Amino acid sequence: MNVPTMADMMAQGKQPEVLFWVGAAGSYDDRAKKISRAFVKILHQANVDFAVLGTEESSTGDAAKRAGNEFLFQMQAMMNIEVLNGYEVKKIVTCDPHSFNTLKNEYPGLGGKYEVFHHTQFIQNLISAGRLKIDDRTLKGKRVTFHDPCYLGRANEEYESPRDLIKRLGVNLTEMKRHKSTALCCGAGGAQMFKDAEKGDKEINVLRTEDALETKPQIIATGCPYCNTMMTDGIKFKEKEAEVLVKDIAELIAEANNL
Amino acid sequence: MQYLPNIIFAIALLAGIGFFVMNIRKLSRNIKLGKNVNRTDRKPERLKNMIKIALGQSKMVRRPLSGFLHIIVYVGFIIINIEVLEIIIDGLFGTHRIFHGILGDAFYGFLIGTFEILAALVFVAVIIFWLRRNVSKIKRFLSKEMKGWPKNDGNNILYFEMVLMTLFLVMNATDTIFQTGGVGNTISQFIAPLFDGLSPETNHIIERACWWVHILGILVFLNYLYYSKHLHILLAFPNTYFANLNPKGQFTNLESVTNEVKLMMDPDADPYATPAEGTEEVVPEKFGASDVADLNWVQLMNAYTCTECGRCTSSCPANLTGKELSPRNIMMKTRDRLEEVGKNIDANKGTFVDDGKQLLNDYITPEELWACTSCNACVEECPVNIDPLSIIMDMRRYLVMEESAAPQELNMMMTNIENNGAPWQYNQQDRLNWANEE
Repeated sequence: MNVPTMADMMAQGKQPEVLFWVGAAGSYDDRAKKISRAFVKILHQANVDFAVLGTEESSTGDAAKRAGNEFLFQMQAMMNIEVLNGYEVKKIVTCDPHSFNTLKNEYPGLGGKYEVFHHTQFIQNLISAGRLKIDDRTLKGKRVTFHDPCYLGRANEEYESPRDLIKRLGVNLTEMKRHKSTALCCGAGGAQMFKDAEKGDKEINVLRTEDALETKPQIIATGCPYCNTMMTDGIKFKEKEAEVLVKDIAELIAEANNL
Repeated sequence: MQYLPNIIFAIALLAGIGFFVMNIRKLSRNIKLGKNVNRTDRKPERLKNMIKIALGQSKMVRRPLSGFLHIIVYVGFIIINIEVLEIIIDGLFGTHRIFHGILGDAFYGFLIGTFEILAALVFVAVIIFWLRRNVSKIKRFLSKEMKGWPKNDGNNILYFEMVLMTLFLVMNATDTIFQTGGVGNTISQFIAPLFDGLSPETNHIIERACWWVHILGILVFLNYLYYSKHLHILLAFPNTYFANLNPKGQFTNLESVTNEVKLMMDPDADPYATPAEGTEEVVPEKFGASDVADLNWVQLMNAYTCTECGRCTSSCPANLTGKELSPRNIMMKTRDRLEEVGKNIDANKGTFVDDGKQLLNDYITPEELWACTSCNACVEECPVNIDPLSIIMDMRRYLVMEESAAPQELNMMMTNIENNGAPWQYNQQDRLNWANEE
C-alpha cells in the first residue's frame, strides 16, 4: 500500500496537505494496524495528498506523561517537535485520540503548534468538501453502538464527528446508557493499558462491554485503538465474538465503500 | 433594662460574625499555602462560568431528581435570607416586622407568603434528602469514606435546616397580630390552629422563643460551615470562577522540567558550568506533589469546596469496579491534611513544624493513585468544577520523578519509550511495516 513518508516528499520537493500521525498502536499493534490501513484507504479514495513520518515518528509521550513521567514526555515532545517543525508540518491527522490530545493541547506550549484532527473530524471535513462519499447500503440497518473515547469526548468535547459518520453508514445507532459526557472509560487511559489493574471486583473493560451489550449491538464502533483493544477483550471475555464485532469507524467506512 | 434584649442580640450577632470572620481568615491562609497558579486571565469566560454553574446550578441538573431538590433548597436559602435582614434590624432596634410598615400590607404579605411557601418546600426537600441519605440504598452515600463524621455532618446540616424552617413557620403561626392581619400567612395559617387553645401570652412567648432560637440557630449554622462540608455554599462561587478553562485533556507542562530538558538537549550547554555571577544557589524545585503545600491554591480551594456529594466517585471507572480509588476521598483527604497542617501552624505560632506526615502515604496511598485512568469523568461530573484528577497527576509525578516508584510494568513501558519510541519493545526501524502487511 502506498504510504509516502515526509522524507520521500521532501526529496521530491513536495509538501503534503496533511501529516498522518500513526501513533505507536497504529504502527505496531496487529489489531490497530488494520485501522491505520483502513484510514489510508479512505485517504487514497478521497485523493488526499498525505505523508507519514515513518521511522522518524516516535511516541508522543502521552503514556509517559499520564504515568507521571513529565521528563520523558517532554523529551519525546521536543524531539518530535524538532522533526515536525523541520518538515514545516502545519496539519496533522491521527486515529489515536491520545496522540490527538497531546499534539493538539500539550505540544503548543513546547513550541509545536499544528492544526490537529482526529480522523473522524478529518473524514467529516472530506465529506463536507465533497471529496468523499460514504455508501450507506453496505451496512444498512446494522445495529451499532458507539463507545466514546475519553480523550476525544470529555477531554476535547468532540462527540458529534464520530456519530455523524456512523449515521452516514445507514446503520441503526443505539446509544449506551452512559454516553457522550457520561461515557464510561474503557479502562486503558492514564497508562492503564500498560499495567495490570489494581485490586478490585471487576475489570473496567468488562463493565464497559456490559454497557455496550445492553444495546444488543451487532457492531461496537470505536474511535481509538486502545478502546478497540479493551472492547475486543471484553467481548471475548463475554464470549460474544460470534455475534458482536468491534470496529473502528475508519474500518466501517472502508468496508462500506468496499475499499 | 428595657434595652437588654437589644444588647444581648447585638452581642450575639457580633460574636457570631466575628467568629465566622476569624475562621474565614484561617481558611484563606490555609488556601494560600498552595503554590501560585495564574487564574486571572479570560475574565469574561470565568464570570460566565460562575454565573452559569454556581449561581445557575447548571451542572446540578445532570442528575434531575437531586438537582431539582437542590435548587429548591438553594433558592429557599437565598430568598429566605431577606427575612434574616428584617430579623437583624428588628433585633438591633427592638422593632417588630419593620419591613411591614415600610413595604405595606400587600407587598410585605407577598414576600412573607413566598418565604413561607419556600420554607415548606425546603422542609420537604430536606426530608427527601434525609431519606436518600439514610433510608434509600444510594451507593454514593454508603461508600467507605462516608462513615462517621462525614455521614453525621451531612445529617446535621439537614437537621439544622429542618429546625430552622420549622422555627420560621411556627414563629409566624404564633404571631397573633400577623395571623389576624391575614396577609402572607400562606402556610402558617394551617399551623396556627395547633396553638389556638393557648393564651395570647403563651403564643407570644412561643413566638419570641422561635424568633430567638431561629436567629441564634442561623448564627450557629454560619459558624458550623467552617467545620463542615457545607462550605460549598460560599466557595462554589470562587471555585467555579477560578476553575481550569483549558480542554480537560490538556495537562500542564511542568516548567521546571522544560528548563532541564532544554538544557539536556542543548549541545552547547555545559552542565558543570559555574553559575553566572549574582545567581543564587537554588534548591532544585521538587517535581510533583507529596504534601498539600506542593499543590496549587486552586487545588486546595477545591478541597474546601467539596461537599462530598460523591457524583465524581459514582462515575469513576476505577471505583465502579471496586478499586480503592475514590475521587471524592482524594478531595476529603486533601482537605483533612490541609486542616491538620493549618492546626499545626496555629499551635506553633505561625510556622509549620514538621510532623513527620504528608499527604502521600499517610492520607493518599499509591494504590489509589495508580488506579486512575485519567478519564476525566470525575471532573466532568463535579457540580462545582472541582478537579480531583489534577491532584492525582501531581502525586503520580512525585512518585515517578522523585521516588522512581512507578509500578514495574510502567517502568518497562517508559524504558521502551526511551529506547525505541514506543511503549512496547519493537524496533524503531519497523515502524512503517504496517503499510505493507496486507
